[in-house]
Amino acid sequence: MPRTLQQMIWDDHVIDTYPDGTCLLAVDRQMIYEGTSFQAFEALKISKRPVRRPAATLATPDHMVPTHDRSPQAMRSGSRHLVEALDRNCRDHGIFHIPLEDRRQGIVHVVGPEQGFTLPGLVLVCADSHTSTHGAFGALAFGIGTTELEHVLATQTLTQRPSRSMRVTVDGPLAPGVFAKDLALAMIAEIGASGGNGHAIEFAGSAIDALSMEGRMTLCNMAVEAGSRSGLVAPDETTFAYLDGRPFAPVGTAWDQAVAYWRTLRTEDGATFDAEHRLDGTALGPQVTWGTSPEHTVGVDRAVPDPDDAPDAQTADAWRRALEYMDLRPGTAMADVAVDRVFIGTCTNGRLEDIRAAAAVVRGRRIAPGVHAMVTPGSGLVREAAEREGLDVVLRDAGFEWRLPGCSMCFGGAYDSVGDGQRCASTSNRNFENRQGRGARTHLMSPAMAAAAAVTGRITDVRELG
Amino acid sequence: MQPFVTLTSVAAPLAIANINTDDIFPAPATSPIKLGRAGASRDELGKNAFAVWRWNADETPRPEFVLNQPPFDQAAILVTLDNFGCGSSREMAVWTLLGTGIRCIIAPSFGDIFYGNCCKNGLLPVRLGGEDVAALLALVDVPGGALVTVDLTAQQVTGPDDSVHRFEIEPYHRTMLLAGLDEIAATLQRADAIEHFEQDYDRRRPWVAASGPPT
Ligand code: SF4
Repeated sequence: MPRTLQQMIWDDHVIDTYPDGTCLLAVDRQMIYEGTSFQAFEALKISKRPVRRPAATLATPDHMVPTHDRSPQAMRSGSRHLVEALDRNCRDHGIFHIPLEDRRQGIVHVVGPEQGFTLPGLVLVCADSHTSTHGAFGALAFGIGTTELEHVLATQTLTQRPSRSMRVTVDGPLAPGVFAKDLALAMIAEIGASGGNGHAIEFAGSAIDALSMEGRMTLCNMAVEAGSRSGLVAPDETTFAYLDGRPFAPVGTAWDQAVAYWRTLRTEDGATFDAEHRLDGTALGPQVTWGTSPEHTVGVDRAVPDPDDAPDAQTADAWRRALEYMDLRPGTAMADVAVDRVFIGTCTNGRLEDIRAAAAVVRGRRIAPGVHAMVTPGSGLVREAAEREGLDVVLRDAGFEWRLPGCSMCFGGAYDSVGDGQRCASTSNRNFENRQGRGARTHLMSPAMAAAAAVTGRITDVRELG
Repeated sequence: MQPFVTLTSVAAPLAIANINTDDIFPAPATSPIKLGRAGASRDELGKNAFAVWRWNADETPRPEFVLNQPPFDQAAILVTLDNFGCGSSREMAVWTLLGTGIRCIIAPSFGDIFYGNCCKNGLLPVRLGGEDVAALLALVDVPGGALVTVDLTAQQVTGPDDSVHRFEIEPYHRTMLLAGLDEIAATLQRADAIEHFEQDYDRRRPWVAASGPPT
């Protein structure tokens, strides 16, 4: 029977199948960070179990690190405790670690691909839901819990059942001013925030083929916001070109063998998916969220929807609750919504291409009075690359803060949050209630759109800025 | 892990869809409940459950939230809507629910990662059809509350009106929950199979072991 890409990778890693179809699955590699790993190490210590394969792990702190200042006195005791625990656990177990002081430090989902740790065909996990990002390389990558991480560290395996399969085909090309983020938001609006539950989503079609690796990562990153643990894109020349020469990528004969195998990683002709969706990327404009779920998405030229028009009573309830939290009225044009904060960064949109897109919009402009805007590069290397291109100067001249790498204001972490009742144009992935801080109101959009909002002080169709 | 066999308790109604793990375990800057210390143990997290909905900024209870209302403050069962536990993978969401006394959640569907995390911690996630859940919600959302029984052996929920709702659960998870199994110990008993697989895999995919971070 012809197999999907997901099935091929799955089959390649099955050690054993239990009577009910649950499999003992080999895990190739895992990433860890300070926030969700310390309890796993604590549990290993209590049960006196060693880490089975230290070399399969990459560690870096990202969630609870300050992005405004890296001097020791800037660290609060809570997050210092976590970062130090990561240091110690990596040292004790011989795990490779990119510490806070290292120029390569950053968000795990930016650092893994950047270092060539993420490769096609791997089963790759991390105790973080946005591990789906790495599926952009044609890896089977998914988020796990801390108990599962403990299981992986102790056994280099997981017990899992295969997800059902879904394919989302997107015809291209995308119009100018329209990015992978817009595609991701439109995709979630189409299938719903739980539409991908129990499924792995493979993205295909001419719009996906044309995306850069950065764009594919943005899209797979957001697969989890549609409920899917994994997003996948079949590896191709774009993938191989990105990986070639990365520090941890295979070299020499190993590289040649790897590429030969990677070329076979494609859904076979005639394979069937449990669910199929098709989107017309050519008709897509910039997207923005109005509510408190990523599925609450509309085109920027549209208005806030009316709960009376919702498809069913439960959805109408959810919309009412969202509108109340967001302090918005049905029928308000999205382009009339003023913002207080602009946040560009995260594992969704904190890569060089994203910062270039934002800088291109603000070049020669100033951010609107009263708006506080910041850019947080996804890693130290992204930050350096952007500075080599002078993008930091463009952004600072416009009035943006230029931050150090980390998750920062993506969630109400230790240092940065959006104030109660403030409205934030954000390139992150979750517009949940209270996600960016208590009472914070988040509007998700692409980096170019967030930059446009910074310039005008309200949600703006970036194509109108010219 | 504490086994789960059967449970009878007041059930708390929470008729909101898409409750995510940020709602269940709010992040530090958001939560009114500050952790006693960073890296607080799993058992110390009970007050953090639904903290933004449940507590004012000064940690006084918000009476309108269901888990602050007797007898729902004693509930060990939560009845809720679609996609409960979506979003972040944070297992603190499961630990905080256990910490506040919840041992079973009944909903039409769950976030995938959250569902797995529940099963590995002795918190039983029960999937029932949307109509069954709506019927249960109506029955338990009454002053004074109402008792629901969940029996994992028989795979059934008995409502306050003696209605019986059968549910499906993966046999692997069922066995693990019933026995309170240490999954890692069980997997480690297959060390030979893992070893054998790895040797074969290293032959088939030699570039994987040959690349990666320096050791
Ligand atoms: S940037 Fe945001 S979504 Fe990504 S890993 Fe960090 S906290 Fe999670």
